[in-house]
Amino acid sequence: MFSIEPSRRSANGAGGEAGSDMSEVVLQQAASLSVAADRTRVLGRLALVDRLFRQVTRAAAVIVLVILGGVIVSLVYGSWPAMKAFGFGFLFSQSWNPVTENFGALPAIYGTVMTSIIAMLIAVPVGLGIAIFLTELCPYVLRRPIGTAIELLAGIPSIIYGIWGLFVLAPFLQSHVQPALIAAFGDIPVFSTLFAGPPYGIGMLTAGFILAIMVLPFIASISRDVFETVPLVLKEAAWGIGATTWEVTRYVVIPYTRVGVIGGVMLGLGRALGETMAVTFVIGNAHKISGSLLAPGTTISATIANEFTEAVGDLYTSALIELGLILFFITFVVLAVARYMLMRIEQKSA
Amino acid sequence: MNAAVQATKEPPTKVSVRSLDFYYGADRSLKNISLPLRTNKVTAFIGPSGCGKSTLLRVLNRMYDLYPGQRAEGEVLLDGENILDPAIDLNALRSRVGMIFQKPTPFPMSIYENIAFGIRLYEKLSRADMDARVEGALRGAALWDEVKDKLHTSGLGLSGGQQQRLCIARSVAVQPEVILFDEPCSALDPISTAKVEELIDELTHRYTIAIVTHNMQQAVRISDYTAFMYLGELVEFGETDDVFNKPKEKRTLDYITGRFG
Amino acid sequence: MSLYASRRSANSIATTLCWVAAIFGLAWLFVILGVLLYEGVRGLSPAVFAEMTPPPGSAGGLLNAIAGSLVMTAIGVAVGTPLGMLAGTYMAEYGRYTKLTMVVRFINDILLSAPSIVVGLFVYTILVHPMGHFSAISGAVALALLVVPVVVRTTEDMLLLVPGSMREAATALGAPRAHVVGKVAYRAAKAGLITGVLLAVARVSGETAPLLFTALNNQFWSTDLAAPMASLPVVIFQFALSPYKDWQQLAWTGALLITVAVLALSIAARALSAGRRKSK
Repeated sequence: MFSIEPSRRSANGAGGEAGSDMSEVVLQQAASLSVAADRTRVLGRLALVDRLFRQVTRAAAVIVLVILGGVIVSLVYGSWPAMKAFGFGFLFSQSWNPVTENFGALPAIYGTVMTSIIAMLIAVPVGLGIAIFLTELCPYVLRRPIGTAIELLAGIPSIIYGIWGLFVLAPFLQSHVQPALIAAFGDIPVFSTLFAGPPYGIGMLTAGFILAIMVLPFIASISRDVFETVPLVLKEAAWGIGATTWEVTRYVVIPYTRVGVIGGVMLGLGRALGETMAVTFVIGNAHKISGSLLAPGTTISATIANEFTEAVGDLYTSALIELGLILFFITFVVLAVARYMLMRIEQKSA
Repeated sequence: MNAAVQATKEPPTKVSVRSLDFYYGADRSLKNISLPLRTNKVTAFIGPSGCGKSTLLRVLNRMYDLYPGQRAEGEVLLDGENILDPAIDLNALRSRVGMIFQKPTPFPMSIYENIAFGIRLYEKLSRADMDARVEGALRGAALWDEVKDKLHTSGLGLSGGQQQRLCIARSVAVQPEVILFDEPCSALDPISTAKVEELIDELTHRYTIAIVTHNMQQAVRISDYTAFMYLGELVEFGETDDVFNKPKEKRTLDYITGRFG
Repeated sequence: MSLYASRRSANSIATTLCWVAAIFGLAWLFVILGVLLYEGVRGLSPAVFAEMTPPPGSAGGLLNAIAGSLVMTAIGVAVGTPLGMLAGTYMAEYGRYTKLTMVVRFINDILLSAPSIVVGLFVYTILVHPMGHFSAISGAVALALLVVPVVVRTTEDMLLLVPGSMREAATALGAPRAHVVGKVAYRAAKAGLITGVLLAVARVSGETAPLLFTALNNQFWSTDLAAPMASLPVVIFQFALSPYKDWQQLAWTGALLITVAVLALSIAARALSAGRRKSK
């Protein structure tokens, strides 16, 4: 044990003589005093670096808030001329006339909401189905690859969905699906208006369907993450008393994760509402509200994307910015509620 | 108890804890603790889970300062200076009072860099000097022979016992005066434990050591003084031989003989 | 039907529906990628990478669009990443328990999913309108604003994963917070932080809407940051909606290029984080 001592002492630099414990303690204290003096200087400098770094990172965090504030302020500033000219009637007016400079947001708002509802009606059940499949039914070997495939689907840029929709889906719907729908519902009272012709191929229904395929992997992904937070013991307890997989899902998993699933769905809704490129290609860009889902229409983001660079006159531009403000407001509310709900389930599982 | 200690001729004291209270939020988890850490001696802290031994240790280098809601009241004197004073430079304090944790935590760097990290905080050394210091620290932790050929491989590639000795070398490299050990062997196998205990035995020549341990035999093996704590209070403090063979308090006797804990 | 039998049939119906949902979802992936591959490869030739975007009716390539996308994405990422990382660092280290962090996290998550066209409008109002013309720098700024929320989120998440014991060990040596963060925490979270940047790049590569009225488009080769600049997504948008066949073909090929880039980045990010998990 003591044989290692000499090399330790010399390596420590506090004098190399062998001696009694007492003199060693004195030497050690002397060495540590001078070391301490050096250290105070160094530590002073380190403290300054520390303070600086703290301020810089804090400023960066505050900038994030400034960005949001900036977006809101600039949107309000840009829409001011239009807000002054049209007031609240803007929200309810159907006209869209660049020549007479009379603009109304209603067709765009209607289109945004309608396409998103169609998208949700398809994407939510299918997305939840995929999430249940991935967590309960899928063979273990396939879980990672299929999960990855779903996430890759979520990463495909929306413009790809747009051109695919325009060149592949729309013609297909036009020649095969839409005539069938028109014929099938031709005589049934309410549905005959909903599915009235002519079969354009593009239109609300097509846009809603493309949106559904876009939002689908997102909902599946979030739902799967949320389903995986259910403690295994809870599910095992249910299986242990003989419940079927569906019963476990319905009576244990979904109630446990209800808030998180709703949060995920609302997040998907927020995405759908703001989506531009996937919809612009296939919505038809008609500032009209018609009863039929097969008719062309427009959404807020499609309107802005299509018309902004050609807008002549300050009022036209301002009206488009006001549309943007409305869209931002709608999505902000939806996303805030969604994040709040997801925050609650994160706290629960923590 | 203070009177009993002061009655004998007092050996030199490095750290003196006086009337220390500690709060987690509104919970008072340390109650009126007073005890000395004798210079160049090993003081062991024993007691059942939750008695506050680790909490007390973490006051000695103000580690609790990292977390809001935790605060200490009273005095802790290091060479006569109260380290609970808000004006104290925490980095300076921690360079004088080192800590080894229960779970070995090598940094995600090479073995050499792990040791150099601490040294670089305070000194600018040439490559040759740094090499010598790193070697010295590793020798001091009885690790040099095992790693001298792989100084530039990751510290995470070592075994648990070696990682813990690396952490000890890392602390020693900074030339502290006091080293605090928080259950350093509880995650190690018996052979590594024996090596670490041997190390502590040697380190005591240069440093003042405090060790929290769940293992009473370990306390008997390596400590000069023992403090027995229970539910946040200091029940008994004295020389290890006395505490284990002639305990003054019944609770101490009960714990030592295994009646609870 | 007995209760047991009806329960079993309910289970069979439900599980079958879930299988159908999964096949339905995956089928679209294959259909879309398949068509993209087929149509895109058809127009793939060296000319795509060598020539500029042509006027309608003549042959050409996508060189200026590819270059423009690379330039603006690079600038956007170079500006947005440090800002995002610093903010994320504050949230995970210095300000972990503060109210400011809670608010920023909430706002940041909203910005993450906000419509990107609104970001374009914002940059238009603060940069394009005062400057009087469209420019590549405005486009880059718009992309930077999309990069920031992604990097903030991943930086905070990755730094929070660094074990507290490692931070305590560095603090116990007397290292000030900046050192603990810069030399230890960043080191430990390195793979995750890089993953975050890759994901941000993937996200921004395919964005069209924010570029539409910031960088606009440019038929010719341009490296002038103060002038409009072409980008792949905007060119695809313009060409696809046109009635010209060769423009439409170029649009498909461009779409294929973007998708390949985005998928490659996503797979790289995934591989990095899987590697990190293995080394633990």
